[in-house]
Amino acid sequence: MNLRRDVFQAIADPTRRAILLLVASQSMTAGAIAANFDTARPTVSKHLQILTECELLKQEQNGREMYYHLNLQKMKEIADFIEPFRMMWEARFNKLEDIMKKHKNK
Amino acid sequence: MEQKTKVHAVDGKQEILITREFDLPVELVFRAYTEPEIVEQWMGTKVLKMDNRKHGSYQLETTDPKGNKYGFNGTIHEYTPNQKITRTFEFENTPFGVQIEYLEFEAVTDDTSRLKILSVFKTVAQRDQQLQMPFKQGLNMAHDRLQDIVSKLK
Repeated sequence: MNLRRDVFQAIADPTRRAILLLVASQSMTAGAIAANFDTARPTVSKHLQILTECELLKQEQNGREMYYHLNLQKMKEIADFIEPFRMMWEARFNKLEDIMKKHKNK
Repeated sequence: MEQKTKVHAVDGKQEILITREFDLPVELVFRAYTEPEIVEQWMGTKVLKMDNRKHGSYQLETTDPKGNKYGFNGTIHEYTPNQKITRTFEFENTPFGVQIEYLEFEAVTDDTSRLKILSVFKTVAQRDQQLQMPFKQGLNMAHDRLQDIVSKLK
């Protein structure tokens, strides 16, 4: 399968979203990240590879260790975390408006 | 299409401000918030209790498609018809804690109105968790839409 290098592809997976939230607070090694999941280490490595290819994560060599940290600029490309929340309220309020318009005509 | 609902959530602050303009007189928007049978329709929830007065309280129960039940409740602190409601809000059995909601209803013209909801959380972390909750659902919706568009191309 040819994986598209697109941020939405990257965040479509729950494990990858969890990884992003993990490294949001501090840079971490692959081992430290994997320790947070029950999934096999190679699976986590694969997720890290995808996130790096999509440029949501950046690698940084520090001595012998490779650290992963969040690429904030790229994160901004994802429709804001707030957008789905806004959409949820927009849908609710649209419904409210529709319902009340019927009351108005009564 | 213009976005009628605006959400302000400043980084590092424990509040969310939601504003919405309605193509409705302010009285009707207020009724949509205070009459149980109307609340049930647009919020998609069951109203177990709604005692609209100072020191009154409300209790809601939502059932998901799998049959799981979710409880919500709060106490009303201020209640001025067609103007404002100040109340607490709690999503039971979740880590979000208790929030204070300040609802302000405002007439713009005779036929249009504005609603402002300021929701204050105990911590920034709780607020951020709340904002991220519909994230997954929103993503699924986006994918469904994408699928729609793509299937039409076939």
